[in-house]
Amino acid sequence: MAVVDERFMDLNMGPQHPSTHGVLRLLIKTDGEVVSRVTPYIGYLHRALEKIAERLTYPQFTPFTDRLDYLASMNCNLAYALTVEKLLNIEIPRRAQILRVIMAELNRISSHLIAFGSLSSDMGAFTPFLFGIREREFINDLFEMVCGARLTYNYIRIGGVAQDIPDGFIDKTKEFLDYFPPKIKEYNDLLSYNAIFIKRLANIAVISPEDALDYGVTGPNLRASGIKWDLRREEPYLMYNELDFDIPVGRGEMGRVGDAWDRYMMRIYEMEQSAKIVRQCIDMFQQGDHIAKVPKVLKVPAGEVYVRAENPRGELGFYLISDGSTKPYRLKIRAPSFANLSIVPKLSGGVMIADLVAIIGSLDIILPEIDR
Amino acid sequence: MIELINNIIGNIHSSTPMIRWLVYVMVIVISSVIVLSFALLYEGFATYAERKVAGDIQARIGPNRVGPYGLLQFVADGVKLLLKEDIIPFYADKWLFIIAPYIVFTASFAAFVPLSYSDHVYVANMNVGVLYIIAVSSVVSMAILMGAWGSNNKWSLFGGMRAVAQIVSYEIPIILSLLAAIIIPSSLDMKDIILYQSGGLGIFRWIIFNNPFTLLAFFIYFTAAIAEVNRTPFDIPEAESELVAGYHTEYTGMRFAFFFMAEYGDMFIVSAIAATLFFGGWQIPFINGVAMPLWLRETLQVVVFLTKIFVLIYVMMWIRWTLPRLRVDQLMELCWKYLTPIAFFDLIGASVWVLLFNGKGVYDILSALFVH
Amino acid sequence: MDAKQIYQTLSEKFTGRIKQFQENTHPASVVVESDAIVDICSFLKRETELEFTSMISLSGVDLKDQGKMLVIYHLGSIRHKHKIALKVELDRNNPHVPTVEKVWPGANWYEREAYDLYGIVFDNHSDLRRILLPDDWEGWPMRKDYVYPKRYHTWDV
Repeated sequence: MAVVDERFMDLNMGPQHPSTHGVLRLLIKTDGEVVSRVTPYIGYLHRALEKIAERLTYPQFTPFTDRLDYLASMNCNLAYALTVEKLLNIEIPRRAQILRVIMAELNRISSHLIAFGSLSSDMGAFTPFLFGIREREFINDLFEMVCGARLTYNYIRIGGVAQDIPDGFIDKTKEFLDYFPPKIKEYNDLLSYNAIFIKRLANIAVISPEDALDYGVTGPNLRASGIKWDLRREEPYLMYNELDFDIPVGRGEMGRVGDAWDRYMMRIYEMEQSAKIVRQCIDMFQQGDHIAKVPKVLKVPAGEVYVRAENPRGELGFYLISDGSTKPYRLKIRAPSFANLSIVPKLSGGVMIADLVAIIGSLDIILPEIDR
Repeated sequence: MIELINNIIGNIHSSTPMIRWLVYVMVIVISSVIVLSFALLYEGFATYAERKVAGDIQARIGPNRVGPYGLLQFVADGVKLLLKEDIIPFYADKWLFIIAPYIVFTASFAAFVPLSYSDHVYVANMNVGVLYIIAVSSVVSMAILMGAWGSNNKWSLFGGMRAVAQIVSYEIPIILSLLAAIIIPSSLDMKDIILYQSGGLGIFRWIIFNNPFTLLAFFIYFTAAIAEVNRTPFDIPEAESELVAGYHTEYTGMRFAFFFMAEYGDMFIVSAIAATLFFGGWQIPFINGVAMPLWLRETLQVVVFLTKIFVLIYVMMWIRWTLPRLRVDQLMELCWKYLTPIAFFDLIGASVWVLLFNGKGVYDILSALFVH
Repeated sequence: MDAKQIYQTLSEKFTGRIKQFQENTHPASVVVESDAIVDICSFLKRETELEFTSMISLSGVDLKDQGKMLVIYHLGSIRHKHKIALKVELDRNNPHVPTVEKVWPGANWYEREAYDLYGIVFDNHSDLRRILLPDDWEGWPMRKDYVYPKRYHTWDV
């Protein structure tokens, strides 16, 4: 018989729990409300995407990347397309590049809106969640215009984008850009600077810059720790080097640098920047092809590449080994949330159960890309 | 109520003991049925109102399918809850599990008894009315713990423990702030308290305006009362993002509905106490009711009393859909470090005021000044 | 520092333990001896000129035709903005490699994943369990010769 430590109670948080953001199971050892150890168990959503990739042709795998981070499908499509294009070594038409940036940034906004909303509902305020959904609806409408889908877009393809934008898309996007920035102020008034909200998040689960790097934390979570690292700036892909945007970093406005509030606030700041990027892209628009000439039967030259792109949740990387056939020999997906979640056991010694919810929410993990 | 029946039947005291008992039993049954139906009807509409208010705040519509404006939604909900399978967990402590909802329900409804709805409409006029309500509603915490323990679920137990800790702690500021109000009319009788507040256009002799300490007492009371009824920002016992559903996680169907209705019942009770003790109860503002026919005056008084209660309930709903939730230790901190000491100070202040001005309020003093 | 220089620095420091430099991959990769991996990694992390602050990714690869297993470490530096891939070749029948968990704690989960899907054993790993698959799963699914099971517990697959 196993010896039971009577000081602690084992508590299963998940796989079905309102604030694990999916089917994540955390085994918690608690002493009353105080958590002493957390062990995450993942894999409930494992669909063997990497194995599937080895059996499909390159274009056939694009829709599967939608299912990685379903809140930011465009960005996942984009990272995969960039990876294959790197091996193919093809030139992407200017118009397609602009379209890709617009889609990626709009999707970043919509993903951050969910991050904002779900953290607020984790903190017990349900109203901001629906505010976030309201604005996201607008973006969903825009995406529906270009590709017909509202969640899994499969729009950014190898060589460009699936089809050119319909009439009226530009106007509607401009309308969104006028409509959206004032809403950010509304979020700040309602939630970000709310005394209770700050009390719940400030100084909670501080990630030091060293820890963040050691654990491979990326994206807004890394920037919240005060490290100015954004792949859009550091390793510019597409046409990001021509665009003017700021990279917000955590300043510890309400507590220490890298606390949960900083991580939350990164998303709010980034939404503003993304809106700014989209506006610039619209001004740069020019006529042209929306997709480069890509052969029907796509044989990718042999070689191996690791290509990464800045997703809303951090660095999404694809490590692709091609043997020159129509199918990848090996496709490893480096998902941002995987690394971001791996720091949770380190963060959650001695916190309270309610803080654990704040930690998961502020890291903004998403399970499908962790489990793949 | 008994007085009313006494008036109707006339010389009941001269009849035989058998008839007297019969009449008493009848009176008890009839009045309980009336109060119960009123309370149930109120609760039905309160759930509807909650959803409509929430919808309004969250920029959506709310229930609008069942009946005109969705008014009959609560009937549909009630039928649904009645028809649901009644699940008792296999490892539950069945006796405690079954009995807990009834105790919560009974305790919540017992508190409706001493309320004075108008000059002549009340069930029982107790000389310890306020004390009785506080005593009876404390039973709720015990029943919640019974249900939580009986469920044999760790999340339920957490909810139950939190609920007891919270309710027991917050009773102290509640009682202290109520005492600050009660020493003005020097009575625990609901009717006496309301009669004390007559005059001054039906507004200015309200106890809340009696002196600065009673004004403060109201805010302490209302804050603590929100905690007492477990509503956001103090809804930690059933914090759905942390504890799934807290103490009623394992309850289904009607048993769940009992907990649910008790929450709305408690909201009514705490608002009714506030209306009675601070806002002049059924005193009609601005209109002198003496010249009116009895039925009109009584109706107006009931309407006025209910309006005051519903305004307070609306404020509670408004707060719920706006604020995030406190953490359990912050909740206790608020109670023991802020509310309780302030309430003590407030009670002393109010007592000193009563001694200094011989029980006169600000309005009495000012009007005495102007008359001279 | 570009990849060539990193390779030269490494080969000076670890003479004989660096096998090969592959320039045509992206990022350029250095093939190293498996038992030197921990030393090399801590050197790469600590040396101020190199300062590979984080392990970006760790992947297992099954080279069935060559009878080898690969473990690829993608390393990156935030300060110097360079990156490199380290490769370790393992015996396919008995893949063993020391863990780099002590160097980058984030490697813990990546190594568990490689163990889970390829059966690569990371020696001295603090918690080498399956991560994505159930604990009682049999076989290493990402290997090229993996035979799909017909049943799992009571379910037909």
